[in-house]
Amino acid sequence: MSTRNGLAIIAALALATNAALAADAPGLGQSVTEADLALWDMTVGPDGEGLPAGSGTPAQGKAVYEQKCESCHGKEAGGGRSASLVSTKDRTVTNYVPHATTIFDFTRRAMPWQQPKSLTNDEVYAVTAYLLSLAKIIGENDVMNAETLPKVRMPNRDGFVSKYPEKR
Amino acid sequence: MNISKRETDNLEPVAGNGLINRRALLGRGVLIAGAAATGAGSSITGAAAEPLAVDPWSLKIGSPIPAYETPAKYEKHVVRTLTNPNNEPRTSNGRTPHHLLNGTITPNGVHFVVSRTGFPDIDPEKHRLVIHGLVKQPKVFTLESLARYPMESHIRFVECGGNSAPLYNKDPIQANVQAIHGLVSCSEWTGVKLSTLLEETGIDPKATWFLAEGADGPSMNRSIPLAKALDDAMIALYQNGERINPSQGYPMRLLLPGYEGNMSVKWLHRIKLVEAPVMAINETMQYTMRIEGQKSWQFYYPQEVKSFITHPSPGLMLKGPGYYEISGLAYSGNGRIAKVMVSADGGKSYAEAALQGPVHSKALTRFRMPWRWDGQPVVLQSRAWDEAGNFQPTREQLIAERGAPKVNVPAVAFPMGHMNVITSWAIDGKGEAKHVYA
Repeated sequence: MSTRNGLAIIAALALATNAALAADAPGLGQSVTEADLALWDMTVGPDGEGLPAGSGTPAQGKAVYEQKCESCHGKEAGGGRSASLVSTKDRTVTNYVPHATTIFDFTRRAMPWQQPKSLTNDEVYAVTAYLLSLAKIIGENDVMNAETLPKVRMPNRDGFVSKYPEKR
Repeated sequence: MNISKRETDNLEPVAGNGLINRRALLGRGVLIAGAAATGAGSSITGAAAEPLAVDPWSLKIGSPIPAYETPAKYEKHVVRTLTNPNNEPRTSNGRTPHHLLNGTITPNGVHFVVSRTGFPDIDPEKHRLVIHGLVKQPKVFTLESLARYPMESHIRFVECGGNSAPLYNKDPIQANVQAIHGLVSCSEWTGVKLSTLLEETGIDPKATWFLAEGADGPSMNRSIPLAKALDDAMIALYQNGERINPSQGYPMRLLLPGYEGNMSVKWLHRIKLVEAPVMAINETMQYTMRIEGQKSWQFYYPQEVKSFITHPSPGLMLKGPGYYEISGLAYSGNGRIAKVMVSADGGKSYAEAALQGPVHSKALTRFRMPWRWDGQPVVLQSRAWDEAGNFQPTREQLIAERGAPKVNVPAVAFPMGHMNVITSWAIDGKGEAKHVYA
């Protein structure tokens, strides 16, 4: 499909409303509000949009990490059964991840491996702070929260080039 | 580098090391039939057979017909290879045994799988698909309601962005088709076009991307350009006629034809229209490509034109000189396969293979090439072109663009993404195939 076609369809759909649904359209979706989706919508953007309330420090994160993460990722995130999170040899927080928000987002939705989504938001902020501190990207006493996390400048922030829409 | 029309015409009659022109074979086949009918015989028809006895299975009744049938007991070796059978805390890969299959449709039980934590046990009655974000009216759909929507069926491949990665090793890895190319499969997918559902929710003009998220434990998610949603994206409910398998996303998955597999989010439960990519882990760590001396490549979506020979291939011994059919698979995330050229002399000469029709867009396409092996060492290669004019690069061409590999890694590692270079199999005098760079 050409982009022009795509844009034309987007424009056409943008005009469509519930009331304007064609008579032969199924219309079987149930309306829902964003408030109803609060528990489902875990999306966090690189600008911090969607980050929840809460906060954590590297010291608090170290305690959580040792209890819930170290058995796989090793002492000080140096690697174990699962990958190192801070080594400079592989793709890690230290040398590759372009946005600090991604660390929070992935940890919250997917970790720990055996019990995803079991950490509190404070714990996720704290573990994120601990990893950023191990990677020497933030200081040992820096507090991570919805305000400070998106402002963390990752070393590899400008390390990517998009292949879209060159290839689509 | 490209092969001109004149060159391909010149190659058409026959290419080196025994590739047979298809029309010539057809003519000779008629002659063989005539000779057999007159009892004249010929060395080309093979050695005489022994008198045949009545087989034991012809002397008794068979087994009761099962309610759901699995392949014959003699085919138990036709299975996926598993990298993580005990579901330890790492990704699991299951690879499709293309060297043991033929045709173009992958049986559901051996469709390739890449999974972060195994597959979830989802109650289809309770599963919900939500579409929200930059829409006019957020909506939630049940499986039962989606089953009433207009559906479409399309034969499409799904391929992991890391398939064929071992071809980036410094030295040719000694592995078979399953290990090297087993992370691609092809099915007839049936479901509801995503654009149909977006007509119902309406689209805020600010939306240019959408987020797709699964209902699995790690809630894997990806950002996808909205243009794809309005092109050929589908909410797939059926795979080869039956409900999609648990490891393929039961009860529903997103299907983005031609795009790298992880974007076709399995166990799909949420679509959110957004203004920009959310920079999920699968688009900032995994599924990005480190390129020597350049910035890393991000948002590389289409699986580009590729082909590989499945028969013969490593592990499939040739039993002496004589006639064989070279066959393999070709496909492109950019459309239909237009042409596949086969070489038996390491790329010095090529002949055009027959394509098994109908050739579908963004689908595995079987190519076939008759071959008479003289028993001498040969190097087999295939090279595909798609309808958009893209062609498979040589390994040298790809390395010139992305940098030379410095190391060798095991077959289960992913040193490079989006590898679509020519694959070469060297057949030695004993009929054994080995992976080589040629």
